[in-house]
Amino acid sequence: METDARTEEFLAHVQSGGLVETGDWQPDEYRKRLTKFVEMHANSELMGVLPERDWILRAPTLQRKLALTAKIQDEVGHAQLLYRVVEDLGKPREACLDDLIAGKSKFHNVFHYPTSTWGDVGVIAWLVDAAAIISQKALLKCSYAPYARIMRKICWEESFHILHGRDVILTLVTGTDEQRALVQEALDRWWEPLMMFHGNPIPPEDDPMVHWRIKSQGNEDARQQFLEGYVPQVWELGLTLPDTKLRRTADGVWEYTEPDWDKLMAVVSGHGPASQERLAFRRLSRAEVDWVSRTVLAEAA
Amino acid sequence: MPPVYEVFRRERAGAAMQHAGSIAAPDERFAEIYAREQYGRRGESEALWLVPREAVQELGEFVDEFDLKYRRVDGYSLKERLKEARALAGTSRREEPLKP
Repeated sequence: METDARTEEFLAHVQSGGLVETGDWQPDEYRKRLTKFVEMHANSELMGVLPERDWILRAPTLQRKLALTAKIQDEVGHAQLLYRVVEDLGKPREACLDDLIAGKSKFHNVFHYPTSTWGDVGVIAWLVDAAAIISQKALLKCSYAPYARIMRKICWEESFHILHGRDVILTLVTGTDEQRALVQEALDRWWEPLMMFHGNPIPPEDDPMVHWRIKSQGNEDARQQFLEGYVPQVWELGLTLPDTKLRRTADGVWEYTEPDWDKLMAVVSGHGPASQERLAFRRLSRAEVDWVSRTVLAEAA
Repeated sequence: MPPVYEVFRRERAGAAMQHAGSIAAPDERFAEIYAREQYGRRGESEALWLVPREAVQELGEFVDEFDLKYRRVDGYSLKERLKEARALAGTSRREEPLKP
């Protein structure tokens, strides 16, 4: 009974804009949902470097190789910061990594797909990062203050990544016909996962993550913001998007073909085209660097 | 779990040290490397402080038991008394300003 009153009080606090610090009392449900959410975010940063890693050696110029390497370093850094937040919530990083490679925890849908050409790398750096920034900016208002603070640094670094992505795309679309075709083909491949990126259109009032003010933005709001910001930018480059229903209505709402949400569920639970390959690679690298962490920890002890 | 270090950063000369985040590192040498990479590699900090988490003593809950409101600006309500003083001096202002 007393716990219920305490939970009500906590809920009223976060719903009215109140913030929560690490040592503050939290209802179990809040802590569990928050931990799972930040853990998935951390996993996504870590898994998100793998499609780009594949292209470090194949990037067309030295400048691009260096920029891509720097972006990858940023994202691994984001993973480290986010796993720290998860650790302070009670789950050690080693446990997170174990669960990740065992397929027990999730990572974002877009990182379950292969990167076929340099065009894919451009589309990821531009539009996947754009979609991610929309979600991440909304997380600046998260009720859990340590997460919101880390998001400030992450958003700042992501703004470099979008510039890098736009630069790659603009170089390709102003290049040869073959280069333009690379971008168009990549867009055609990535549009479906991009439309799934912000999740199914669950109304914010039914979304438990919004209820606890872990998230402050509904899924459909985020997708609309993405379409509003980026579809015109795609079109102005003379590129097309593979959805005949895609249009902006007179009242400013974007209409589109409803993505297959069952397919999204399948992809994020390890049945995407590159899911198992990526997890196998993560397992391999964890095994390969195991001696390093053992040596370091033994030396420090 | 490796020890946790709290990281503080000074953005530019003269600015206060501000909490930036935390890192986990097996010892001070690694803590230094991680902190430089995490909070200084873009020249965004002029200096960093690394503090082992257990060295931080946190204080909170500043209860004003004796209602020491004379220490705060909101502890002084002058409006009513100013009105009274003006009335005494015969310099009371009009309730509503004159329209031009």
